[in-house]
Amino acid sequence: MTESPTRGPRVGLFATCLMNVFRPNVGFSAVKLLEDAGCTVEVPANQTCCGQPGYNSGDYDAARALARQVIETFENYDYIVGPSGSCMATIRHDYPVLFHDDPVWLPRAQELSEKAWELLSFLTDVLGATASDAHYDGSVTYHDSCSGLRGLGIKGQPRTLLGEVDGLKLKEMEDSEVCCGFGGTFCVKYPEISEKMVEDKVRNILATGADTVVGGDLGCLMNIAGRLKRINAPVKVFHTSEVLAGLADGPGLAGAAKESD
Amino acid sequence: MTAAANAREAILNSVRSALRRGPLDDKRRAELDARRPQHTRPAQDEELVARFIRKFESRAGTTARVASRADVPAAVEAYRVDKGLPAHAAVGAALKDLAWPAGLAVHHDPAGISETMAVSQALAGIAEPGSLMMASGPASPITHNFVPDDHVVVLDAGAIVGHFEEAWEVLRARAEGMPRATNIISGPSRTADVEQTIQLGAHGPRRVHVIIVG
Amino acid sequence: MEIRSKEFKERAVFAIHDASLQQALGKARGGFVGKRAQQAAELPEFEQLREEAKNTKNHILDNLDHYLERYEAAVTAAGGHVHWARDAEEARKIILDICKRVDAKTVTKGKSMVSEEIGLNEALIEHGMEVVETDLGEYIIQLAHEPPSHIIAPAVHKTKDQVSDLFEAAHGGPRKTEVADLVNEARRVLRDKYFRADVGITGGNFLVAETGSSIIVTNEGNGDLTQTLAKVHIVTSGIERVVPTLDDATLFLRLLARSATGQETETYTTISTGPRRAEDLDGPEEYHVVLVDNGRSKMLGGRFKDMLRCIRCGACMNHCPVYGAVGGHAYGWVYPGPMGSVLTPLIKGLDNAYDLPNACTLNGRCASVCPVKIPLPDLLRELRHMQHQQDITPVMQRRALKVWRYVATRPKLYHALEQVGARFLSAIAKNGSIRRLPLASGWTDVRDLPAPAGRTFLELWQGKRGQK
Ligand code: SF4
Repeated sequence: MTESPTRGPRVGLFATCLMNVFRPNVGFSAVKLLEDAGCTVEVPANQTCCGQPGYNSGDYDAARALARQVIETFENYDYIVGPSGSCMATIRHDYPVLFHDDPVWLPRAQELSEKAWELLSFLTDVLGATASDAHYDGSVTYHDSCSGLRGLGIKGQPRTLLGEVDGLKLKEMEDSEVCCGFGGTFCVKYPEISEKMVEDKVRNILATGADTVVGGDLGCLMNIAGRLKRINAPVKVFHTSEVLAGLADGPGLAGAAKESD
Repeated sequence: MTAAANAREAILNSVRSALRRGPLDDKRRAELDARRPQHTRPAQDEELVARFIRKFESRAGTTARVASRADVPAAVEAYRVDKGLPAHAAVGAALKDLAWPAGLAVHHDPAGISETMAVSQALAGIAEPGSLMMASGPASPITHNFVPDDHVVVLDAGAIVGHFEEAWEVLRARAEGMPRATNIISGPSRTADVEQTIQLGAHGPRRVHVIIVG
Repeated sequence: MEIRSKEFKERAVFAIHDASLQQALGKARGGFVGKRAQQAAELPEFEQLREEAKNTKNHILDNLDHYLERYEAAVTAAGGHVHWARDAEEARKIILDICKRVDAKTVTKGKSMVSEEIGLNEALIEHGMEVVETDLGEYIIQLAHEPPSHIIAPAVHKTKDQVSDLFEAAHGGPRKTEVADLVNEARRVLRDKYFRADVGITGGNFLVAETGSSIIVTNEGNGDLTQTLAKVHIVTSGIERVVPTLDDATLFLRLLARSATGQETETYTTISTGPRRAEDLDGPEEYHVVLVDNGRSKMLGGRFKDMLRCIRCGACMNHCPVYGAVGGHAYGWVYPGPMGSVLTPLIKGLDNAYDLPNACTLNGRCASVCPVKIPLPDLLRELRHMQHQQDITPVMQRRALKVWRYVATRPKLYHALEQVGARFLSAIAKNGSIRRLPLASGWTDVRDLPAPAGRTFLELWQGKRGQK
């Protein structure tokens, strides 16, 4: 699969909505990691959203409309890879369910489902990447995002890769597998419950003494970063890919351009 | 049709219509009746008595071992004296034939509200969880298992089986069929209902002592 | 019991600010989770058993009518009586009639969620009977006049101090403060009730078709005293609790205690078959089983069939971060947490419990521990789908979804709006984040909104690589 850099797989990068608007750096990190691993990366312009907001709100028709768009846009790539366990689990698991009684779209959904990978899982489980040549000065704690963890089995991969980063010290937090309280529209529909959950998460993060928290889903990271900022806790927040790609030299999420600001 | 028969038919019909079918035919019913499940049994690699003791004691139960049935009364008496209990006990009629010490007042009736100690014969032991299996009957009243503070149970070493499934075979082999109560007892009564703090002796016995014979 | 699930939001907020509740929940959470994890780790066959349990339950459900008939025949052969109740009202009437026939004055009860579901206590009390809950947790909340907040640990929301107060008020002083003294006091009070009881009512964890037996699992032994010392033993159970053989029951027993309380086994597993035999010295003279449908047979037909596999272990709520934050009472009816969020709307009506399926992040931790592998998040999403289809979802949300769909299926428009949004948010941000955003107050009331950089990834990418 990774015979030579020029003949590596052709990957369509799924540019998630949150990444596109809030954190372009994650997209560039993903591209760098994929290209370093020998892939040819393209970012199709016709993409928008995976459809999960509709799906999880019970509007299956809307979700299907979006799913068809994603399938059409990406089905000609060898792989569709995205820096989000949440979006990629939707494509992997939910698309075939959405089209379970549609003889035309089901095969196409299934085919795409098999080619859909979360970034770090793709790098390790498909491409066999184990090493990172990045450098990061700091102690890092990793939050297991729920969709990635339970939907896609992402647990060891990011930790292995982070462990390879020169200068980085990994510190496990208590209850790293417990939801941070984001949950898509949940966090704005039930802000008080979400607050309680993110408060618990932040307490566990702070208890590690780590100066940085990383994770694989921007939704969770924005929630955590926003809460850390609200209580003035000086912990930096990055997407795992930014650290692995060596692009975590700027401010983290919700971080001011200069830390001293 | 009576209201009761109505409800029965209505529920069964509702089940069938949910399953999109009518009543099962006789062939299918016979197949279901012949079904003998073979579920996974957790692996064990320990001698049965040793495992029983280890597991039973892990939940605050206590055990003693004697060579023969004739040694049981002395072992019971030793336990009673050690715990400083009054010299009377409800003893299951299954143990009537034993030579109970003269100083110990025994009776074979159900346990009353002020009963302090009972002695019962177990039907079997199950090594898997380290539990006793008691079968109720005229020779082993149910109240003996639950009312007194101290429950002493006589268990034949040879009656300890490996898994639950083997204990069910013991029940199935009984000529008198299933007892009213089959009590599987795994230690003293306990509760954690106040702040998750484990407290022994919630409603049933505070102590369960097993005398293994053989 | 009256349903109050419509007040979920208010009750949840109230719970979050209830300091003693939060203290009690905090204590409970870690214990259950850690002990279950340890038990699962110590049994190499655990995952295999979960898979078998799921398949076996599916087999039972597919043949439920047959096994119910076989069960009924076996109970009758053992000298017991089976009663069928289509709904809560029928179930209450059957039990009331039995109690009245034997002129019951005192009724003791082991823990039974079905009896909560059918609102039994209120009905018995209304007819002049003294009803005594004997499970310590149930006893505590009965004194507090509260419903259970957990299906396994009904008083998990109470602190020791609160229990002390309740006992002092009910039993008189001196006030006990040690757990051991509190438990002893309850033991003493309840002893008397067991011996005086005319009718003892328990639940049934499993109903065994092979032998006509009901099985209950307890740690305290209260269920046994309840059903042994009363003249009449009544079992209340859902129709889905039948299992073909003792061997099948074993499969679930191996999972139940481990999943529920993180014990290898609970102290007492009791298999009850018929009333006392002619020669027996103790045990109830009558044995009745009330099989309750109450919406279950309907569930069997559709997407929610999976829910009928539930063995009521409570693991899903022990692992649910929302339950952990708000406790069981916020859910407003008998069954809380993930399983309750599926069951309540199905039994009591979708529009009576709008929030329950929605107040969930779909994080999936519940499903990952459920011993019978019920896909709880999928079922909750399915309920949202039904709410959407039946227009129960708030109008604003439906409008927003329409707009979102319109825009998201038009990539150029979508990207243009993203660009505007990114620029706007970037412009109003200070020090990397936004503290207040009126239209997104649900977000900014509790946390900052991290600011975008200004330009979107797709914009930057096209600038750099100029791809199509
Ligand atoms: S849904 Fe599963 S985890 Fe929850 S109570 Fe039922 S069996 Fe237990």
